[in-house]
Amino acid sequence: MSLLRRHRSLAITIAALAVLFATFIAIHPRGFSTYVLTIWFNQGALLGLAAIAQFFVVLVRGVDLSVGPTIALTNVAASYLLVGSPEGIALGIVAVVALGALCGLANGVAVVYGRVQPIVATLTTASMISGLALLLRPTPGGSIDETLSDALTYDFHGVPASAILLAVVLLALYVPLRRSPLGLRMYAIGSSEQSAYMTGVRVGQVKLLAYGASGVFAALTGLYVSMVTLTGDPGIGPAYTLNSIAAVVLGGVALSGGVGSPLGAVVGALILKTISSLMFFSGLPPLAQPFFEGLVLAVAIALGAFGVFHVRNRLELFR
Amino acid sequence: MAEPLIRLKSVSKSYGGVPALTDVDFHCEPGLVHAILGENGAGKSTLMKLLAGVIQPDAGEIVLSGATTRLASPREAARHGIVCMFQELSLMPHLSVGDNIVISAPQTRFGLLNRAAYTEARAILDGIGAAGISLAARASELSLAERQLVEIAKALFRKPRLLILDEATSALTNELVQTVFNVLRDLKRRGVAILFISHRMHEVDAIAGRISVFRNGRHIDTFDVGRRSAKEVIDLMIGRSLEELFPPRPGAPADQTPVVLDISNLDWNGQLRHVSMHVRKGEIVGLGGLDGQGQQHLMHAVFGVLRKVSGRVQVNGRETSGVLPSQAKRSGIGLALVPEDRKTEGLILDMSVAENLRLAALSSAPFGILGFDRKSDARIRQLIDRLALTYRSLDAPVATLSGGNQQKVVLAKWLALSPKCLLLMDPTRGIDLPTKAQIYRLLRELAGEGLAVVLQSTDYEELVHLCDRVYVFYNGEIVRELSGNVLTPNALIAASMNVPASAGAHA
Repeated sequence: MSLLRRHRSLAITIAALAVLFATFIAIHPRGFSTYVLTIWFNQGALLGLAAIAQFFVVLVRGVDLSVGPTIALTNVAASYLLVGSPEGIALGIVAVVALGALCGLANGVAVVYGRVQPIVATLTTASMISGLALLLRPTPGGSIDETLSDALTYDFHGVPASAILLAVVLLALYVPLRRSPLGLRMYAIGSSEQSAYMTGVRVGQVKLLAYGASGVFAALTGLYVSMVTLTGDPGIGPAYTLNSIAAVVLGGVALSGGVGSPLGAVVGALILKTISSLMFFSGLPPLAQPFFEGLVLAVAIALGAFGVFHVRNRLELFR
Repeated sequence: MAEPLIRLKSVSKSYGGVPALTDVDFHCEPGLVHAILGENGAGKSTLMKLLAGVIQPDAGEIVLSGATTRLASPREAARHGIVCMFQELSLMPHLSVGDNIVISAPQTRFGLLNRAAYTEARAILDGIGAAGISLAARASELSLAERQLVEIAKALFRKPRLLILDEATSALTNELVQTVFNVLRDLKRRGVAILFISHRMHEVDAIAGRISVFRNGRHIDTFDVGRRSAKEVIDLMIGRSLEELFPPRPGAPADQTPVVLDISNLDWNGQLRHVSMHVRKGEIVGLGGLDGQGQQHLMHAVFGVLRKVSGRVQVNGRETSGVLPSQAKRSGIGLALVPEDRKTEGLILDMSVAENLRLAALSSAPFGILGFDRKSDARIRQLIDRLALTYRSLDAPVATLSGGNQQKVVLAKWLALSPKCLLLMDPTRGIDLPTKAQIYRLLRELAGEGLAVVLQSTDYEELVHLCDRVYVFYNGEIVRELSGNVLTPNALIAASMNVPASAGAHA
């Protein structure tokens, strides 16, 4: 009971996802099938991984505008590196993840040692990273190993591979975030950087690691984009940046830091994807869809901000 | 005599040219509870921050067990066994109590947090009488007293060699203080050095073996407890006759003097309870009590910062319940609030002195254009002279002024509106004595001109010697009103702790 109370907002978010998903299946012309489920999960996994990348930076009280460009750059890099022998592909994956980590660490260095505000630092790197992606591949193209792609984008005995992938990622993140000193320190910094410093946390180092982790997950997103689309496309960045921020907000990750979980971020991403699929099948004119997506997001955020009406001290509104 | 654990050798520290500690020699020994006494601004907190590695000295050195050491960060200090319990500065609000305690010295097994650490945290909490606090509770859900206990537990969890307690027990009840003291005595027996800062003299008498007095950033004297009488200790802390610091009081105002601020039955959120008080024209009325007993909330409630306040507030006979700060300051009502934290609430640090001065009076500028308002500009000039504000240029950022002068700017900014009732929240905290004296004189003059002044303060000398009357708060209520002959430090301290006046007599 207390478990439910403590995680009330997450429970509400998951319930909202269930309702949306049921509606989606109800109006989907093909109804419920492994195929529909797999497509839905593949779409969701793409944004879900991007949302986890965003989560790490938001957790330590930042915001990362370079998540999308990093996804684009790593996607482009993958379109060169993920071909040939299995060893070559494995090495390629390592190289792509390292590239993502490097992008994240660059943000971290600018924020921690350069003392640049996260939004400014990542706006700058976003532009640079986008530029690199365009230099590497001015137009979409390249190719990806199809065996690997098939394995990761179809299903195992009716369970979408992308669902398994997400579950594995979330489980693998739960322990280090909630049961290791490092994870605790990330939450501590997000909750109160000053208190964390007074407690003896190496604030700079831990923040740097959070930005690095963000880069790694952006790279994993880039890799998964490659698996789904089988090409490298330098222009996919902007949508991921904005949607990843929307997803973490929907998923109950506080932009003020210290609150939320990767699970929340992924659920937020799935909600967002389901809404846009609903729009697609609802017969709304395609040009009107961004407006309605924005509207839904605005309503969700307004609901989340209801707490403000309980604030009894006006000074707290400015904190 | 035991070998000192830590020794400061002619240590000095100043902030923006204002000395906070000057040429301090000081040492503390293992197995001894050492109390640090001094007024607000005497340099106690600077000393603590130096020892805890939060700040570094400008000059002099810190010697730890015989070796000169640089304490570059709290982490570094903790590595040397120096742990400081600041007043609620180190709890992470979104983390659980258990996580908050364990994070200070995580023990790991296979890279994961060891569950045994949480068992130990539980045991420490139980030991200091905090058995009622769940390890799973969020820090933000706790009361002030509970947070203090968690802070203490957190400090103990790190097994310090030097434990610094800065007003660690200010929110605790007597029973809890005794439980905590028993734990401290046990630590002392095991050879831990303890630095104890408190304003409560009877607590110092109960736990400390030695006392050091600081004044004006200097280490004045160190002696064993019992060697000097309470009066001698207080004289050492103040170090000058009170008459030099405080202006003479004109005597109580006549009963028919009009009441400017009239508050009855104010309630807010369980943190203000049935508060009724009044302030007459020309009176300086103090709000005393331990920190955070509702005094600050009362100020905010009157100025319209709080929502859903019940009760009645009248200014000059006019009902002002439900006003916003922007309305409260208008000449129709004429309230002015000098907030507690001048750096965040009172001033915009990057803006110039002149801009800050004009800020509160902005709406009185004709057509909303600055520079045409000769009248208020002239008044601001007058105020600057009267306050003896020291500044290089009116166009320099306010941040370049010393603390005392910043406070003068905050005062001048509000006085420019010619308020009828001035609410002051701890206006002299961290300010040097000459400036304090100037501010006291100014307040008395303004009162003489008919201003009603409400002064919330944690400095009891200020309350006793400047104010005409003092309302003492405890737990959101006014527990006593002191004036005339009964307005003494002892009575004030006793009332602050909500005990009968005689019990505080030895303080």
